[in-house]
Amino acid sequence: MEYEVVIGLETHVQLKTVTKMFCGCSNAFGATPNSHVCPVCLGYPGALPSMNQEAIRYTVMAGLMLGCEIANYAKFDRKNYFYPDSAKDYQITQLDYPLCLGGGVEIAALGGGRKTVRIHHIHLEEDVGKLTHRAGCSGVDFNRAGVPLMEIVSQPDMRSADEALAYLTALREMMIYAGVSECNLEEGNMRSDVNVSIRPVGQEAYGTKVEIKNMNTFSGIHAALLFEIDRQKRALEAGQVIRQETRRWDPELGETFVMRTKENADDYRYFPEPDLMPIALTPEQIATWAKDLPEAPAKRRERMVAEYGIPEYDAGVLSADRALADFFEAVARRCGNGKLASNWVMAEVLALTAKSGTALADSALTPEALGDLLKLLEAKTINGPTAKALLPELFEKGGDPAEIVKARGLGQVSDTGAIEAFVDTVLAANPKVVADFKAGKQAAIGFLVGQVMKQSKGKASPQVVQQLLRAKLAALA
Amino acid sequence: MKDFCKMTLTEAVAGLRAGTFTSVELVRALIEAMEASQSTIHAYVTIDGEGALKAAEEADRRRAAGEDLPLLGVPIAIKDNMNVVGQPCTASSHILEGYTAPYDATVIAKLRAAGAIFLGRTNMDEFALGSTTQTSYFGPTENPVARGCIPGGSSGGSAAAVGGDLALAALGSDTGGSIRQPASHCGIVGVKPTYGRVSRYGIVACASSLDQVGPMTKTVEDAALLMNVISGRDPMDATSLDEPVPDYTQAWVGADAQKPLAGMVLGIPAEYYGEGLDPEVRARIEEAKARAVALGATLKELSLPHTAYGIPTYYICMTAEISANLARFDGVRYGLRVPCDDVIEQYKRTRAEGFGAEVKRRVLLGTFVLSSGYYDAYYNRAQKVRTLIRRDFEAAFAQCDLLLAPVTPEPAWPLGVYQNDPIRNYLSDVLTVGVNLAGCCAIALPAGTTAEGKPVGVQLIGPNFGEMMLFKAAKALELPRA
Repeated sequence: MEYEVVIGLETHVQLKTVTKMFCGCSNAFGATPNSHVCPVCLGYPGALPSMNQEAIRYTVMAGLMLGCEIANYAKFDRKNYFYPDSAKDYQITQLDYPLCLGGGVEIAALGGGRKTVRIHHIHLEEDVGKLTHRAGCSGVDFNRAGVPLMEIVSQPDMRSADEALAYLTALREMMIYAGVSECNLEEGNMRSDVNVSIRPVGQEAYGTKVEIKNMNTFSGIHAALLFEIDRQKRALEAGQVIRQETRRWDPELGETFVMRTKENADDYRYFPEPDLMPIALTPEQIATWAKDLPEAPAKRRERMVAEYGIPEYDAGVLSADRALADFFEAVARRCGNGKLASNWVMAEVLALTAKSGTALADSALTPEALGDLLKLLEAKTINGPTAKALLPELFEKGGDPAEIVKARGLGQVSDTGAIEAFVDTVLAANPKVVADFKAGKQAAIGFLVGQVMKQSKGKASPQVVQQLLRAKLAALA
Repeated sequence: MKDFCKMTLTEAVAGLRAGTFTSVELVRALIEAMEASQSTIHAYVTIDGEGALKAAEEADRRRAAGEDLPLLGVPIAIKDNMNVVGQPCTASSHILEGYTAPYDATVIAKLRAAGAIFLGRTNMDEFALGSTTQTSYFGPTENPVARGCIPGGSSGGSAAAVGGDLALAALGSDTGGSIRQPASHCGIVGVKPTYGRVSRYGIVACASSLDQVGPMTKTVEDAALLMNVISGRDPMDATSLDEPVPDYTQAWVGADAQKPLAGMVLGIPAEYYGEGLDPEVRARIEEAKARAVALGATLKELSLPHTAYGIPTYYICMTAEISANLARFDGVRYGLRVPCDDVIEQYKRTRAEGFGAEVKRRVLLGTFVLSSGYYDAYYNRAQKVRTLIRRDFEAAFAQCDLLLAPVTPEPAWPLGVYQNDPIRNYLSDVLTVGVNLAGCCAIALPAGTTAEGKPVGVQLIGPNFGEMMLFKAAKALELPRA
C-alpha cells in the first residue's frame, strides 16, 4: 500500500536577548555553571519575574517575518510540573493567547515547485536549567534557566523528511535574517519536537502520531524521520497498530525508542500567571517594530535577480547571509554593475575572508571602496590584474581606490603610441618566438603579451596590447 | 523618660531626631522586652539582638554626623515571610529552616534606605495560611491583650508585637485579611493597601493575585508614615502600579476640627452586618458609625450582593495560586531536604516532612481545582465570580466614598479552639476576603473592647488608590490611646 507521510514540527528558537526573560542575568552561552543566576531565575522564595521587553519585540519580529498575525492581547500561563531542572517547578509559558498566530514558511515541495508550510502560532516561554548526570549524582546548571525561547508550532503540512529539512533550513535562515536568534545548532539554539504519522494515500483522517522529542540537529531530524516513517510503514504492513507515544532518537544506533506512551498523559494544571500582566500591543507599536524588519530572504533573492540581473545561484549564495547581501547590494549600487559586483563579492571577497580568517564585517573593506574600485575597472582606468592586486590592501587597511591609483600611477596605459614602442622592443628582442608564431604556434602570442605587460609595469591595457601585437605580427608576415 | 516600648513610631522618630535618646537605647529596651516575652507571647520567630544593636550604633553615628532620614535608627518588626539579606526567612515553615535570605525584599530595601533597623522576625501562620498563627511550625503566638486567646493571623506575630509593646511598628502581609484581622484582635491599626500600591518582590508568595504588604502600627499616623516609605512602583514587581505616592501623613491636614468628615459618605454594606455578627462587636461598630456621623459623615445603606460567594471564591483562587507558588520548595536548592536516591521520592519526603497539615490541605485543594476536568467548574468559575465581587465594590464606590464595616464577626477566641475545624476558621475571613478579591484598600483600627477586654476593630474600605481618604477618615475615627 502507498502511504502519505504527515509531519508537524514544534521548534524552540532561543532569542538572542542580552539578558534572560525575567531577570537581569546574562543570556550568554558557555559560562561556568551557575554563574549567570540570581534569586529570580533560581526560583528563590519571594522572587518575581519582570518581563524583558526585548523578548516580546523579538518574538513579534519573528512573527512578522513569518507573516503571522500579531495578537493584540497575549498573556502568560504557568505550566506546573516537578523536575529538578525547573527552578520554580512551574514554567512560565503561553497556553491559549500566544503572541503570534498563523503565517507560513515557503519551501521546495516534494513533487517539485514551491509550497507553504503553515505556522499555527508562535508563543514565548522560558527555558529550564540543564541537567548533567554523573556516576552517583546529578548536577543542575541554571545558567540556561529563564532564557527566552520562542516555540514555533507548524501545521502538519510536511509530507517527507526532505520537506521537514527544507522547512527547518528556511525557518533558520528567516530567524537569523530577522535578527532574533543566532540559531546556533551546536549551542542548542534551535530544538525541535517532531510529530510524524502516516496514512494510506487518499485517506483524509490522520494516522496516529508519534512524537520524537528534543532534536537539535537537522541531520538528526532527517535521519530520525526516515527511520520512523519506515518503522511505521512496516508496522502497519505487519498488521500492527501505531500507538500514540513519545520516542527518543538514538543517533548512535540510528533508531527511535519509546520514552512514554500518551495513556498516562501529564496534567500540567495550566492557569494564568498572576505575577505578570497580560500584553496589549498597539498597532502603532507593532508598526514601529515592523519598520526594522528586513526583507525575507526568499523575497530578497527574487528581487536581487530582477534588480541586478544576477543568476539565481548568485542570489542564493549572497542572500544566505544578511550582512553579505547588504554588502553586495551596496557595492552593486555604487558601481552600477550587478553582475560585476556579484562576481567580485562571491569570488574575490569571499576568497579573502576565507584565506585571512577575517570576517567581512571585521575587515577594513567598505562596500563604497569596492564599488569605486569596480568603477575604475569598468571605466578601464585600471585593468583587472591591478584591481585584483589592490583588493587585499583595501581589505586590510582600507583607503580610497581612486587616490591610491593616482598616487602610485597605476592608471592603465591605453596610449597606443607608448604601447607600440613596447611592442616593437619585445618583437625585436624575441625573434625566435616571432618565428614560432609565424610557423603557426598561436600560443606564442601569450608569451609576447606577457613580455609587453612586463615592459609597461602591468599598466598597459591587455586588449590594446593584443590588438597591436596581432596587427604587427600580421604585417611582418 | 517615657517607656521606650510604649512609644509610637512617630514619637520614637521625634525623640531620635531631637536627641532625647539614642537608637541604641531604644533598640536595647525593645530587645530586652522581646526576649523576656518569648516564653509567653512568642511574637517572634527570630530575634537579631546583636545585629540590631550594631545597626543602632551605626544609625547613632550617622545621626551624630548630621544625617537625617525618615526612619534613621528606628527599629521595625518584620513578618517572617519577607527577605532581609543575611537573616533567616522561614515563613514559619519547617521547609525553610536553614535558608538565609540572599537579598532584600523591595519593601525592606526601602525601609533600609530610610534608615530603619530590622530587629526581629515575627511569627505567622505557616506560609501565611491561617488566621490564628497556630499553624506556625515554631508554635503559636498568644494575644498580648486578650491573654489566652489567639492573636489572629496570619500576621499574628506582628500584631502581637505591636499590640504587646514588643515593637514600635511592624510590617505584615494581607492575602485575605492577614493584616486587618490580627490588628483587630490585638487592638492596633493595620492597612491592606490597594493591590499594586506596594511591591511584593521578596515576599514569600502566598497567593500572588491577592497578597499585599502593609503597615501594622499603634496609630493611624504611624501607618501613614510607613506607607510613605514602602509605597510605589517597583520594576521588580510587574503587578506594582505606577501611581504617584502622596504624603499620607498629610491626609487629615486641613480637615475641619469639629467636623473632619463633613461631606464624606460612608457606605454601610448590609451583608457585612449579618446574623453571625457577635453582639458586642456589633455594638462597637454601631458606636463607630455614630462617631462618624457626629464627625460630619453621612451614612448610606447599600449592598455588596456577592459577599456570600466571597469565601468559596477566595479559597479557590488562593489555593490554586498557593499550589503553584509552593512547588519550588522541593529540597533541591535551599531549605529542608530529606535525601533519597530517587528525585521524585526526595520531593515527596521533603514536602511531606517540611509542610504542616494546613499547608498540605491547601496545596491539595489548589491542585484539585486546577486539575483537568475540574478547572472550569472551580478555578474558571471562581475567576468569574471574582469579577462580580469586584464590580460590587465598584458599584458601591459609585455611591459612597468609603465603606464602614466590622473586621471580624467575633472577637479573638481562646487558643486551641477550632484548631481542627478548618471550615470554621475559613468562615471567619468572610468580612476581609472581599477586599483582596476586589483589589481595593482597607484599614482596620481599634473600636473599643468587649466587656472582657478583648479588642474589637472597625474596618474602612476604600476604592483603588483611595488610601488618602482612608487615612483621613481613620485619623478622625481613631480612639484616644489608653
